Amino acid sequence: MLQIKGYARANGDYGIRNHLLIIPTVICSNQVSSRIMQMVPDTVAIPHQHGCSQIGADKERTFETLAGTGKNPNVGAVLIVSLGCEVIDPYELAKEIGKTGKRIEVIDIQECGGSIKAIQRGTELAREMRRELDAMQPVPIPAGHLRIGVKCGGSDATSGIASNPALGVASDLLIAEGGTVVISETTEIIGAEHVLAKRCATPEVADQLYRFVERFEREVARMGADMRGGNPSPGNIAGGLSTIEEKSLGCISKCGTAPLVGAFEYAAPIPGKGLYFMDSPGNDIECVSGMAASGVHLVCFTTGRGTPTGAPIVPVIKITGNKQTYERMTDNVDVDVSGILDGVLGVEEAGHLIWNEILETANGKLTKAEILGHTEFSINRIGPSL
Amino acid sequence: MAKSIEAGADALVVDAQDHVATALKDLKAGREIRFRRGTETEQLTLLQDIPFGHKLAIRAIEAGEEVRKYGEVIGRATARIQPGEHVHVHNIEGIRGRGDQAAEGGSHAAN
Repeated sequence: MLQIKGYARANGDYGIRNHLLIIPTVICSNQVSSRIMQMVPDTVAIPHQHGCSQIGADKERTFETLAGTGKNPNVGAVLIVSLGCEVIDPYELAKEIGKTGKRIEVIDIQECGGSIKAIQRGTELAREMRRELDAMQPVPIPAGHLRIGVKCGGSDATSGIASNPALGVASDLLIAEGGTVVISETTEIIGAEHVLAKRCATPEVADQLYRFVERFEREVARMGADMRGGNPSPGNIAGGLSTIEEKSLGCISKCGTAPLVGAFEYAAPIPGKGLYFMDSPGNDIECVSGMAASGVHLVCFTTGRGTPTGAPIVPVIKITGNKQTYERMTDNVDVDVSGILDGVLGVEEAGHLIWNEILETANGKLTKAEILGHTEFSINRIGPSL
Repeated sequence: MAKSIEAGADALVVDAQDHVATALKDLKAGREIRFRRGTETEQLTLLQDIPFGHKLAIRAIEAGEEVRKYGEVIGRATARIQPGEHVHVHNIEGIRGRGDQAAEGGSHAAN
């Protein structure tokens, strides 16, 4: 059986990284969280714009995204930084993340008596937690434990004919090992949902998929605008993609050929093993953040135009089928499969290159985004600010 | 879809039903290109420059006709398109995600 290395968590899950995560519950705690991150090496903070003036499903979505990020097995321990008066309850958040059995600490800026005292208290706690995590050693685990997200961003015409089909081969290899793949981007299956629906394991899954697409399309209709220009974006169009249907049909090949066994809401926990769909906008950072909150260990990200995208707690492997982009943005792109379009690299062969990169990254090889410190984080919103 | 491209090919036709091919290199107007459609090798003369990654028509498309790539509908022609012409946002439009048409009270396909 193919094996990788993982950090054993108290709830029986395994992580491929051992992060100490600092979560601000609200925008007002961003600066204190960032200062603590600067004080203690090998910690990561996730500043965001939310946590206050939110209600209902919109508030729940922010809570679930923060909780899911904390629960992700790549995170070994969590420091929650609260202001003290926000709508996201820091103790509820600690309780939810605490179900995984990992160490959680909460500090409250109002209770500490201001930024300086909160930074001092947070730094003391973070240093102590980091020492505990550094004492842990990874253990061998079956590769079938892996859960990956498949995403495309900054697409061009090479995405649909080279990098996405190659990533599809790697997705199938992981599923064959008993692993899990999450495809997302509801906006980017518009016009291709009938193709994915045929692959759904049950009619209920297909219905759910159509419901997600209808919900999005209703929103676009409500806004009274043509999607084109927003998605496909100006860059997509410059790269040769003319309509959302064309982009979508090129997108879906990245999840391979396995049956789709389930579809779930943004940032909700992945329900099982196999291939799943998560509802999400195509927006790169919102989507990757939602995938990480749902529990993926890493994200494979194809790009035609080139993008620096990373994530705070999951490695993001960038793949391109555009030779010019690889040469121009080698800082940011991990795997070059442009040989497909030159006829010197088979799609299967390219898929194995990606699969090897997945295994090496799982075993600790840093992605280019990790080396450069790309930790973009964004939470999808579905309601107005009050 | 996981089939490989032959070395040196000018353009790729993904599915034999398609109206368009994707340029695998920057192609100039007047150039005669060869491409494979299904098991057949076909050729045509380009009427316009086609940048790398962009689409060219491989058969005549009437205004209002649905346009196929990947064997599926990617949109609708807004003008008559000749074989060898550049196919892009100036002569095809999306059918889905058209909130602008919904706002005008036009018909809107849910699926």
